[in-house]
Amino acid sequence: MEELLKVFDKNALIVGFLAVGLLAYLSDLFSKKVLNGRIPGSAIAIFLGLVLGYVGGVFTGGDKGLSDIPIFRGVGVLGGSMFRDFAIVATALGASFLLIKKSGLLGLISLIFGILIFFVSGVAMAWLWGYRDAVSLATIGAGACTYIVGPVTGAALGASSEVIALSIAAGVLKTIAVTIFTPILAEKISLNDAGSAMAFGIMGTSSGVAAGLAATDPKLVPYGAVTATFYTGLGCLLCPSLLYYLIEILL
Amino acid sequence: MLIYGVALLSFSYLLGQWLGELLGKLIGINSNVGGVGFAMIILMLLKELFERKGWWKHEMISGIDFWNKMYIPVVIAMAASLNVKAAISSGNLAIVAGIIPVILAFAFFPFLMKAFKHN
Repeated sequence: MEELLKVFDKNALIVGFLAVGLLAYLSDLFSKKVLNGRIPGSAIAIFLGLVLGYVGGVFTGGDKGLSDIPIFRGVGVLGGSMFRDFAIVATALGASFLLIKKSGLLGLISLIFGILIFFVSGVAMAWLWGYRDAVSLATIGAGACTYIVGPVTGAALGASSEVIALSIAAGVLKTIAVTIFTPILAEKISLNDAGSAMAFGIMGTSSGVAAGLAATDPKLVPYGAVTATFYTGLGCLLCPSLLYYLIEILL
Repeated sequence: MLIYGVALLSFSYLLGQWLGELLGKLIGINSNVGGVGFAMIILMLLKELFERKGWWKHEMISGIDFWNKMYIPVVIAMAASLNVKAAISSGNLAIVAGIIPVILAFAFFPFLMKAFKHN
């Protein structure tokens, strides 16, 4: 046993490949046998991933979900930003440049609406919860955009660490919500072609958009990703500056 | 060769990320702006160029396609490494501020599509 653990420890990323492969296989089996394929296996696997992330957090008290458990360290490497971004870029292989150019304007408009909707409603929630200072309001509103925009904004404005933690939590929950709701609601909002996938960048969170689209229809991933990837940057630009000043003026 | 495809993908990735960092610095924020998006566009442009030159070979494509197909497993691994517990247990405000805006955005999305199709 000790030897096996040593092998696992030395080869974390390989263990990660195996663990994710097994999870994907079990999810696919569950999708086909139990649900008759009504929910795609990848959607179940992503959802189970979130559940395991929760379980990992409960067991270790760490902040990286399952990958805080030593033998699953490699899952964190595989799911880290380097592999995530690398794989997202590779999805461009299946995208048509022509379609992206055609829907570029729609993508841009959706980005701006996306930042505004999430920021304003995030600020409104914080207001309802009793926050009245512009710094905290803007930080929580930024957290509603993504879990990166939140802390970047909070740090720039000098928000308290409690508020920054709150903004990260809101951002992570947003990613989870987009991941789960997208495959469920895709049909209802006619999210079914390149153009609508690019407009779906309105949701921001490139992890959530890409995960949600992957569970909906993998062909749509590159179109959603190409817009969503600009969202965090635009959010980091607007939230601590223009949007923060707007709140200050309104207060 | 397979590695040519992987190398081309890596080249696009690094160049895109670099542009993203530069753009972030240019507009004065400490963050990468659209690095992944730039990388995707660079990869697509290189693909067009390679196709035109006749360099776009099957084996090279499979080097990129491997990572294209690894995308969903990577997302599963990412979901499993999120701080789900802290997010759920950090209070009602985090939950509300995380979820209500998503519902609003879903409700708004069809209007955006409709408005855009009219024009």
